[in-house]
Amino acid sequence: MTTLRNQALSDALARAEPAGSVGAWRLRVERLHAYFGRVHAVRGLSIAIAAHRITAIIGPSGCGKSTFLRCLNRMHEVVPGARVEGRVYLDGEDIYAPYVDPVTIRRRVGMVFQRPAPFPTMSIYDNVAAGLRLAGVRDRRRLDEAVERSLRQAALWDEVKDALGKPGTSLSGGQQQRLCIARALAVGPEVLLMDEPASALDPASTSKIEELARTLRETLTIVIVTHNMQQAARVSDNTAFMLAGELVEYGPTPQIFTRPGDHRTEDYVTGRFG
Amino acid sequence: MFRSQVGREAEALLLPPGGARPRRWADRTFRGALTAPGLVVVLLVAWIAVELTGAAMPAIRRFGPAFLWTSRWDPVHNVFGALPFVYGTIASSVLAVVIGVPISLGVAIYLAEIAGARTARLLSCLIELVAAIPSVILGLWGIFVLAPWVRTVVEPPLAAVLGWLPLFSGPAYGIGLLAAGIILAIMVIPVVSSVSRDALRAVPQEQREAMYALGATRWEVIRHAVLPYGRSGIIGAIILGFGRAFGETMAVTMVIGNRPQIAPSLFQPAYTIAAALANEFSEATSDLYLSALVEMALVLFAVSLLVNGAAQWLVSRMTRA
Ligand SMILES: Nc1ncnc2c1ncn2[C@@H]1O[C@H](COP(=O)(O)OP(=O)(O)O)[C@@H](O)[C@H]1O
Ligand SMILES: [Mg+2]
Repeated sequence: MTTLRNQALSDALARAEPAGSVGAWRLRVERLHAYFGRVHAVRGLSIAIAAHRITAIIGPSGCGKSTFLRCLNRMHEVVPGARVEGRVYLDGEDIYAPYVDPVTIRRRVGMVFQRPAPFPTMSIYDNVAAGLRLAGVRDRRRLDEAVERSLRQAALWDEVKDALGKPGTSLSGGQQQRLCIARALAVGPEVLLMDEPASALDPASTSKIEELARTLRETLTIVIVTHNMQQAARVSDNTAFMLAGELVEYGPTPQIFTRPGDHRTEDYVTGRFG
Repeated sequence: MFRSQVGREAEALLLPPGGARPRRWADRTFRGALTAPGLVVVLLVAWIAVELTGAAMPAIRRFGPAFLWTSRWDPVHNVFGALPFVYGTIASSVLAVVIGVPISLGVAIYLAEIAGARTARLLSCLIELVAAIPSVILGLWGIFVLAPWVRTVVEPPLAAVLGWLPLFSGPAYGIGLLAAGIILAIMVIPVVSSVSRDALRAVPQEQREAMYALGATRWEVIRHAVLPYGRSGIIGAIILGFGRAFGETMAVTMVIGNRPQIAPSLFQPAYTIAAALANEFSEATSDLYLSALVEMALVLFAVSLLVNGAAQWLVSRMTRA
């Protein structure tokens, strides 16, 4: 009985690790369930996310991609009535353990949302510095350095370095999204979660964001949700396909797109549904 | 305004040039029928302004602008300066805002950010009931309950601790500026808290989540994301409360003491423009006396329009933001 269950678990985990990729796992998710009241949005999902890789989550609208992503930095529980079961390990530490403060997890696992949401009453500088100030950093020099470093990382520095005092909302949509990326990077996270970060942007801004993701991978682990298959194919190293709250298939991106093992994955990536 | 203009342009683009004529016409008639009552209201306001100005003319000619900053109010010798009333009106309203706004903001934050949907609905309902209490009733309560309480419970400790400040000096009367401020605060809280609550509810969830995602606690989300985003609506709510406070007549008249004086202490009686109008119109014996009262009415009217206009503008901005 026990062995049977262990067998099932190790099977699940074997499937949860993309075949052929080696290296450290930054995040390890075990039998994750997420609920909105009675809505069961994520159904027993297990997956391991490789460090310094870009992992794309694809799947039809409403299949639970965003919900899954928000479980990785404990943002899911911000929604009233929302609930999580299962385990998420960040560098081996269970982020849902009772003694863990979600605030510290969110500093280590940053997030960029679908629509750019700079704080409208704050300048560009203050937007980027917001997270550090929350963490108690008051030293002007340190803030200056972090703001410049983050804006450079987000490939926005050259465009805004002479306008740091302007409101963040004065930027274009694509710039605003990069500002939000800089804002997330400023706190120095290990993981960056991106929920369809380019879906509200024009093609030029989209390719900027994609390029950015490729360079950020040197310093961070990125999990990106996208409904754009070309985007997943272009930017990601590994791809996970979700359907109705479950993980259908997970593997190196080229394999998922060219030789999927599951016919549902094949139907989806070839555009036969969703 | 912006939106309706865009709407009209879009409409013009969508309608075929020929076939739309009859509907256009019907549309225009309909719009006219709806605009007419609005126009009537505007005309009414203009008419009141003209009438008031006309009736106030003798006093305006006689005393000039000094009417507003001289403080001798002497019907026997036909000398009128409105400063004590202006002071009483401003002081009682400011006091109402100072007492009422922190409470209202606390209520608004609780309703919009902390309470569950059911609790919020129930509490909102109760608060709106406070706004429905006739002001005479509040005034009576003020005379029989609030004023004695202020005299025996509120003022003595204030005087003991802060008595070195002129604001809290002198004997405890009960009836006076402080009691008026408290009564007005009670009347202002429903407006300020419900408008502020709406301003906070209008803050997009994305703003909260963006702040959470940076490692903010719930309080930090409210403090750094929700309140700044909703600030123009909150300022509008405060100004609206201010406007409500200084137009208020009955309850204030009953507890402020009705003495035209400018005393440094909040414990002392004072007088407001609205209270003076209500009390003195029937006994205005000379034409100049009457004219001076009307001039005060004109001042109250103009300031009310300005303040409410500003508040409306700020509150409407929050829904567009
Ligand atoms: N706030 C919410 N309250 C209730 N149900 C929700 C909420 N957000 C999402 N859901 C439901 O959870 C499921 C997964 O949603 P989501 O994770 O947003 O999907 P995706 O990002 O893949 O489009 C959907 O069925 C959706 O209707
Ligand atoms: Mg989504």
